[in-house]
Amino acid sequence: MNEIPSIPKRVGAIKFGLLSPREVRKMSVTAIITADTYDDDGYPIDMGLMDLRLGVIDPGLKCKTCGSRAGECPGHFGHIDLVAPVIHVGFNKTIRKTLRSICRNCSRLLLEPEKKRDFLEQLITSKEMGHLPDNIINEVFKEARKAKSCPYCSTEQLEIKFEKPSDYVENGHKLTPTEIRDRFENIPDEDVKVLGMDSSSARPEWMVLTVLPVPPVTVRPSITLESGQRSEDDLTHKLVDIIRINQRFQENRDAGAPQLIIEDLWELLQYHVTTFFDNEVSGVPPARHRSGRPLKTLTQRLKGKEGRFRGSLSGKRVNFSARTVVSPDPNLSINEVGVPYAIAMQMTIPEKVTTRNIELLRMYVLRGSEVHPGANYAIRDDGRRIRVSEINKEELAEKIEAGWTVERQLMEGDIVLFNRQPSLHKMSIMAHKVKVLPFKTFRLNPAVCPPYNADFDGDEMNMHVLQTEESRAEASILMQVQENILSPRFGGPIIGGIHDHISGLFLLTRNENSITKNAALELLRKSDVRNLPEPSSFSEDGQPLWNGKQIFSQILPKGLYLEFPAQVCFKCDTCKKKQCEYDAYVVIEDGEMIQGTIDEQAIGAFKGKILDKVVKEYGTEAGAKFVDDFTRLAIRGVMKTGLSFGISDEDIPKTAKIQISNLLNEAEEKVKTLIEAYEAKELEALPGRTLEETIEMKIMQELGKARDQTGNIAGKQLGLENSAVIMAKSGARGSMLNLTQMAACVGQQAVRGERIRRGYAGRTLPHFDKGDLGADAHGFVKASYKSGLNPTEYFFHAIGGREGLVDTAVRTSQSGYLQRRLVNALQDLEVQYDGSVRETRGVIVQFKYGEDGIDSTKSDYSKPEAIHRIVRMVTGKEVN
Amino acid sequence: MRNFSLLDHQSIPKHEIMSEEELKSVLKQYAIDKEQLPKIKVVDPVIQEIGAQVGEVVRITRNSQTAGEAFYYRLVIA
Repeated sequence: MNEIPSIPKRVGAIKFGLLSPREVRKMSVTAIITADTYDDDGYPIDMGLMDLRLGVIDPGLKCKTCGSRAGECPGHFGHIDLVAPVIHVGFNKTIRKTLRSICRNCSRLLLEPEKKRDFLEQLITSKEMGHLPDNIINEVFKEARKAKSCPYCSTEQLEIKFEKPSDYVENGHKLTPTEIRDRFENIPDEDVKVLGMDSSSARPEWMVLTVLPVPPVTVRPSITLESGQRSEDDLTHKLVDIIRINQRFQENRDAGAPQLIIEDLWELLQYHVTTFFDNEVSGVPPARHRSGRPLKTLTQRLKGKEGRFRGSLSGKRVNFSARTVVSPDPNLSINEVGVPYAIAMQMTIPEKVTTRNIELLRMYVLRGSEVHPGANYAIRDDGRRIRVSEINKEELAEKIEAGWTVERQLMEGDIVLFNRQPSLHKMSIMAHKVKVLPFKTFRLNPAVCPPYNADFDGDEMNMHVLQTEESRAEASILMQVQENILSPRFGGPIIGGIHDHISGLFLLTRNENSITKNAALELLRKSDVRNLPEPSSFSEDGQPLWNGKQIFSQILPKGLYLEFPAQVCFKCDTCKKKQCEYDAYVVIEDGEMIQGTIDEQAIGAFKGKILDKVVKEYGTEAGAKFVDDFTRLAIRGVMKTGLSFGISDEDIPKTAKIQISNLLNEAEEKVKTLIEAYEAKELEALPGRTLEETIEMKIMQELGKARDQTGNIAGKQLGLENSAVIMAKSGARGSMLNLTQMAACVGQQAVRGERIRRGYAGRTLPHFDKGDLGADAHGFVKASYKSGLNPTEYFFHAIGGREGLVDTAVRTSQSGYLQRRLVNALQDLEVQYDGSVRETRGVIVQFKYGEDGIDSTKSDYSKPEAIHRIVRMVTGKEVN
Repeated sequence: MRNFSLLDHQSIPKHEIMSEEELKSVLKQYAIDKEQLPKIKVVDPVIQEIGAQVGEVVRITRNSQTAGEAFYYRLVIA
């Protein structure tokens, strides 16, 4: 076996050419001569547009060409003999170029024989190299057009002007299609080759039509309206027009009508043939339906988003799907999705009737389609579908027997696929278990928002109901949410706590030390914890008290050992680990949280270390249970203390305000001295920068530093009990920068990383002097959002804000296209069982997946921590 | 005339012509034919430097971020 095993049938080559009149006639089964379609009895007229030889669409009739019935007959072409030739719109460009490069007398290509030979050679070599000939051919046209007179017959060449839509004017005389065709006919075969055409499959004169192929009726089926009236396809309408004009032309010419009338009719025929091919040619008024709607002709069928390629071939519509708005429900499991009754009652799952389930299925049918777990259709063993209605439900329930299929309504526990566009990675479509709920939205646990990138500001999502047992099994093993907690992108959890989950557990585990029995039970109500541990302390009146870390420990799996610095870690130079004085080092021993604070690093989406460990050591089911438990606990935790944020939370004392304004004034002073130094030419340029760049950089640095310092002042004033600080430090939402901007100083506004410079000549706004380099004149906002911006500051802020919006818009479109190209290039690669990556023919692309053959979701970041821990547990000794 | 070796360049990984036996074991390991290996043109500068002939297979030892060192095999073609 020396050759690559091939795909069953391989396409050797594809050749595109033009249809010659001879070929059109050869493939035609009949000439079409009457514009009528059906006679009074509704029977297709012979040699009409619906001729039975062109194929059949009405059931009951047989095709006169192939003898097959409707549905089997692929249809056959007919033809219309045009009385006079017309130009094919699609080739206007080529016709124009060709006309200009051939002699008006002898039709030879206007090039010297040597040049022709030269170009021909170039064409042959480029074909051998597999390059496109376009560039060379364009060069041929360009060269030939330059000739003033023919090198063969010395005829002077005239300028040919192209006038939209399809007129060619030579020196004031309009060339008729007949004349054009005659010129093309006389081009010798050798010259045709130089023009990049193959005379056996594409002679230039075939671009001017003398015979029009009539597409089979199967391409343009007529539909029967409810009123019994027939409605023809747009293409048929267009063909009717063409035949009518063709006939009138013939009659007028035979009767010897004046030249003017003949020309008018010729133009009309050209118009109809043009719009038959393309109804959106510029310069041609689109042909319209009687209602005023433009006709959808050949080009319109193929082109655009709803065209044959993008709409019908690349994109498909599906049944058994539903779409509605999503809203959160933290009491659902991450594996569940809440489905509205209205949707559950429309969606069905087919179930085969067996002796074991017949009673159950009978009950569904008996309930009918209007009471929830009911059935919508019953399918008899001969394949006939019967709709279950209020009238026939009892009768139908009686009749059901083994071998039938019942399409029962969607019920709790069914597996469905859930999806949010854009589907950028595999976690954009996951399998969920149905929970049928009242109201009209899909409900999902907010912890699964990150993989879908969903929020609840009006997002809609799609649901697909799986129809076979195999697909349900496959989905629940491979696609269920819990199987996708870990993302193969970075090997960590992509699902996890967000917003309130993080602040809730942060508040609970940080300093909740006196939780009474009632409070403790309330916190753990929704988890299946039934026993409380030993209380950590007692109140003055002897009541047992627990702390938040103990409560959180209840939902941790037994045997979990873990240590890591929390998000609130101060990143000290040397980490004191267990001796951390900020309680920012989390230690978990045997499923017991000893110290530390739970925050984004512990349970957050993309980060959560605990969740990562739980999934990797205890499996996906335990992982899903942990997420369910901690989201419920966190919600109750955040409700216990309460977390709110208002405008007054940004208040800072007067002294701090003065401090901040002093600091900013100082910074402005410093900027002023910098500018003075610059203007006195005392400033030294930094290496590799001009003086102007240096001063800009120094000013930016100075102002940036000032903003950060004001932030520190404000941060100190707000303290760790401020809700916004809690959210920022724990990683729940927002950042300290956001807080700085709200409470202290918004800072420098920038466009493309530079201070704002655009605006009037020499200045940004008329409020400043020309050439002012000062902080306020170039978009430094001293104010905070709380104190309010002055008019110039506000304007600069709007400039900076707009840049952000434009950036996101541009980035999404660019990265979307990049992703599309990558997906198209890589979609057929597959990781084989031996770890190699191969394409469809079995040719190896990468010898080991990722060069190390590691599945990132199954590896613990390639660190031997787990082994070290086992050694430590068994021997009690530290390994290094 | 060039008077330095391409192979000395730091961004060019190590290329070496494989012996028959080595090749056999690699092909057996992946259960493939020679044709299913990735290709490299005989006019490739590195191939010319090591003097591999059409039909031979070269082993390329690359530095890998993930695995330290990774082997690739390419069939020399015309």
